[in-house]
Amino acid sequence: MEARGSPVGRRVVLGMVGLGALGVVFGRQLNSVVSNTVAATVPGLGSIIPAAGGFRIYTVTSGYPEMSKADYRLTVGGAVSTPLNLTFADLESLPQTSMTKDFQCVTGWRVDNVPWSGVLMSDLLAVAGAPATATALTIASFDGAYTESLTMEQAIRPDVLIATSMYGAPVTREHGGPVRLLVAPMYGYKSLKWLSNINVVDSVIPGYWEQRGYDIDAWVGQSNGRSDEPVT
Amino acid sequence: MKRFTPIERFAHRTITILMFILIATAAALYIPDISVLVGNRGIVKTIHSVSGFLLPIPLIIAIAFPVFRMNMRELNRFYPHDFAWLKRQDSTSIKPEIINPDPVYGKYNAGQKLNSAFSFGSILIMFATGMVMFFSSLFTDDIRTGATFVHDWLTLAIVVALAGHIYHAMNDAQARMGMRSGEVTPSWAQAHHPQWVWAQTQSKGPRKPDDMDKISSE
Repeated sequence: MEARGSPVGRRVVLGMVGLGALGVVFGRQLNSVVSNTVAATVPGLGSIIPAAGGFRIYTVTSGYPEMSKADYRLTVGGAVSTPLNLTFADLESLPQTSMTKDFQCVTGWRVDNVPWSGVLMSDLLAVAGAPATATALTIASFDGAYTESLTMEQAIRPDVLIATSMYGAPVTREHGGPVRLLVAPMYGYKSLKWLSNINVVDSVIPGYWEQRGYDIDAWVGQSNGRSDEPVT
Repeated sequence: MKRFTPIERFAHRTITILMFILIATAAALYIPDISVLVGNRGIVKTIHSVSGFLLPIPLIIAIAFPVFRMNMRELNRFYPHDFAWLKRQDSTSIKPEIINPDPVYGKYNAGQKLNSAFSFGSILIMFATGMVMFFSSLFTDDIRTGATFVHDWLTLAIVVALAGHIYHAMNDAQARMGMRSGEVTPSWAQAHHPQWVWAQTQSKGPRKPDDMDKISSE
């Protein structure tokens, strides 16, 4: 053994593989504990520490669309009695609703207790005069690529919001500002960012992520093969 | 003095390029401030996945060469002088013929051996967990979340280890030249790897893979 030395390198590799396997098996339990402990111990690393309670920023186009509040318009069309073309100020003059909801991404990260406020989708659809017989919405972003869908039944839930404020401040550009959708009971990809258009249509048309294999009815914990805790 | 053969340099070079692509794309996917600047999530994700699939290939090619396997055996083995190096951070003050009883070994110090083991283990784990994330529909939620957890945290460890690796290389032009051209000067070799120089004089000429096979057959 002296002449050949000890196989330390092999032990290091096998030890790492063993730890890695344990991490894969128990990672779900360890995830938030480890991340939040480290984030609390070393402040300022919140955005780098894996899953330490922060949002990750996804965009599907080159860069991020930018739109000032002054230039912002939200159009509501399709099968409505009163097509709308609203400014940001128009949205602010509609009844305002606030809610605090967990935000769950289909890729696994979750942010608890995010305060939002804005206009309920049901209030907006009432103003536009969407007929009781309407079945679905198509929703589009001013980034030119991102689209979403909701059934009318889903859209008029009391936890589906046209959000103009997040954490008590205007929704920032990277979070989908100035106006984004919040579909609280569903995975994050349903909460379309940079909202610009809502059309009332007679059938569900799959949106951007849904054309790429994600579920159309994206209930947290009951879709996409995932079993996350429902949001509260 | 000849320190690295073309196949060793090929493996190092290609893995370096892939690792840089992987880390750069990982940053764009992962760190919000950089995600905002780069955008194009679909393309970045594809580049990251393709580079990840390619990562083991240079290693597999290199392992087909006996000279590379000889390196792996040597990197694997720790001698008393390696433990001394880890404790003292300096084994150059000890006479090489005393601390290195085996004239075939001696090319690497203990830090380089540990770094290579960590790198090899990292590639295995990152590849395996990356596969789970890529073929996520084949796995349960728990395994997917666990694989993401390991992939994320090991990334941080790899970045720290790579920073150390690059720091040491930056402080040693001869070491970089050794990896770029394959050649180092005898005076550098004597100063940094006296056991290696001594072993070369003992084994009469360049080492051959056969020497190593003889020694390592158990």
